[in-house]
Amino acid sequence: MNATGAPLLRVRNLRVEFDGQIAVRDVSFDLFSGETVGLVGESGSGKSTLARAILRLLQPTRGSVEFMGADLGCSAALLRAQRRNLQIVFQDPLASLDPRMSVGDAIAEPLSIFEPGMSASARREKVAAMLERVGLSGEVAARYPHEFSGGQCQRIAIARAMVLGPKLLICDEAVSSLDVSIQGQIVNLLLDLQRETAMAMLFISHNLAVVRHLSHRVLVMYLGRLVEVCEGEALFAAPLHPYSRALLAAVPRLPGAVDGEFRAVPTEPAEISTASGCAYRDRCPFALPLCANSDPPLNEAAAGRWVACHRSHEMLYPLS
Amino acid sequence: MDATLSVDELRISFAHRGGAIEAVDGVSLRIAPSECVGIVGESGSGKTQLFLGVMGLLAANAEVRGRIRFEGNEMVDAAARNRVRGSRLTMIFQDPLTCLTPHLTIGTQLAEVLVHHMDLPWSEARSSAGRMLERVRVPEPQRRLKQYPHELSGGMRQRVMLAMALLCEPSLVIADEPTTALDVTIQAQIIELLRAVRGEFGMALVLISHDLAVVAGVADRILVMYAGRIVENAAASELFRNPRHPYTAELLKCLPSLSGPRFARLPTLAGQPPRPGEKLDGCAFAPRCPRAADRCRVESPALEGTPLSQVACHFPLAT
Repeated sequence: MNATGAPLLRVRNLRVEFDGQIAVRDVSFDLFSGETVGLVGESGSGKSTLARAILRLLQPTRGSVEFMGADLGCSAALLRAQRRNLQIVFQDPLASLDPRMSVGDAIAEPLSIFEPGMSASARREKVAAMLERVGLSGEVAARYPHEFSGGQCQRIAIARAMVLGPKLLICDEAVSSLDVSIQGQIVNLLLDLQRETAMAMLFISHNLAVVRHLSHRVLVMYLGRLVEVCEGEALFAAPLHPYSRALLAAVPRLPGAVDGEFRAVPTEPAEISTASGCAYRDRCPFALPLCANSDPPLNEAAAGRWVACHRSHEMLYPLS
Repeated sequence: MDATLSVDELRISFAHRGGAIEAVDGVSLRIAPSECVGIVGESGSGKTQLFLGVMGLLAANAEVRGRIRFEGNEMVDAAARNRVRGSRLTMIFQDPLTCLTPHLTIGTQLAEVLVHHMDLPWSEARSSAGRMLERVRVPEPQRRLKQYPHELSGGMRQRVMLAMALLCEPSLVIADEPTTALDVTIQAQIIELLRAVRGEFGMALVLISHDLAVVAGVADRILVMYAGRIVENAAASELFRNPRHPYTAELLKCLPSLSGPRFARLPTLAGQPPRPGEKLDGCAFAPRCPRAADRCRVESPALEGTPLSQVACHFPLAT
């Protein structure tokens, strides 16, 4: 989606360090209303840390996050006021719901914080409407999380995140712990909610097929860096960064699949390093001596394609 | 040829609040020597409990009925199991970190298996352990022997678990979601390793996974489980091309692909699997099944067919 106008979210040079280790290294990207940006990469690549730093659930070391034109790091009051527009859904729905709170109370809590003037009966109606919107009956409001299945708990977590009508929803592996038959239901729900509300989504997942399905743009992270950014689905047909290629090739496929061949990458991921050079060079089959000396910046390699690789121009043509 | 493992009418239930929850509801299966059988099903379908039952590793409140034979011997009691468990019959799990003891080196934990089961002296056991690490493609095996589990990556730990499972030359290895906790790139390596190890060691392998595509890459034959029963048994190539059970067919439709139209509605399976302890008349899949008729709601279908093609459905899809 080629959105015009000002982005809803502008992330600029965002860096997060833990004890001198760089978990997120100078990440910049924009996110527009109604758009979904997919974020992929292996564990330890900094996907969740990036999400938490955007929401200021942890303090970035430097860089800025602008939401609706205002820097979220500038003022605590501004951040508090914008919280209603910034919501997140996590991987384990049972862990993110309070076991001692009925699901109705859990969904009502954001309303009582941000809309204190709302009457109790109006709140109850809104909760029932939200439950119905996510495919549950309004009558289940009095029940507790343990009485629901994993897929139902994830619907409840989505209802709670959506009750204030947020402008940005971050899904951090929100469908990863669900069985495939349930996963599709949640993906469809998210697509419907986005169509209705024009919210923006940052969709973090290690499931590349799901990311492809609902993302307008995809970011690939490796050891804290963005190594590839791609508009549309071109990444899945022809990944440019050697790491993106390895990631795509490693997806197990059913026999007779038409979307490429399964190949294992023969190397282990490196430790977080602060050394110079490209972070992927030790695993990269295309590494040159140059790659050890300088860290390649994210450059536009083709229309709508940005790649952080010294050999990105060669990658546009099939390398053996 | 005699089956390596044969299970007849196995039922596993758990005592719970005065009642009983059936996790495995009358399962029969055969696993031939050197065969790789994939077991797929959603969470709660009983796939793990079935093989914990085979291993004799069920929780204390489990009640097991039915017959399990391994290498021709009845697994009637703990003594019979202890003769083969950990040596001829081994199992690896999803999370290798919880399976390894944090305060012992990899070398000690591997060698202990050989000392215990094969009566090898420690020094000899250690060198065998090093050789086995090499065979599962662990780089620098001598250095790894001296390391502790926390010093290894998730993928390396799973290789160590596999080495441990292979030490006494088992005739059957059961791998329960061995790649589920791993990143997709590491998962791919473990899948390749399982393929290679099967060829080199010639043991039978049971690969349990919720991920059809993972199983597709390794298994010769696949059993699909739903609500504690096997609903379909087919050669791997056949199952994906020609699923016979409506559940298998629906499940395959649900898999998002790397081609296909984006932003379209994904096919879904309506409803939920039966809750634990919920007892349905007739076929357990009937409430979610697009082909269900009146008969399905009263009469439970038996698993019928030839050993290489069985389906438990009154109205299976045509081949």
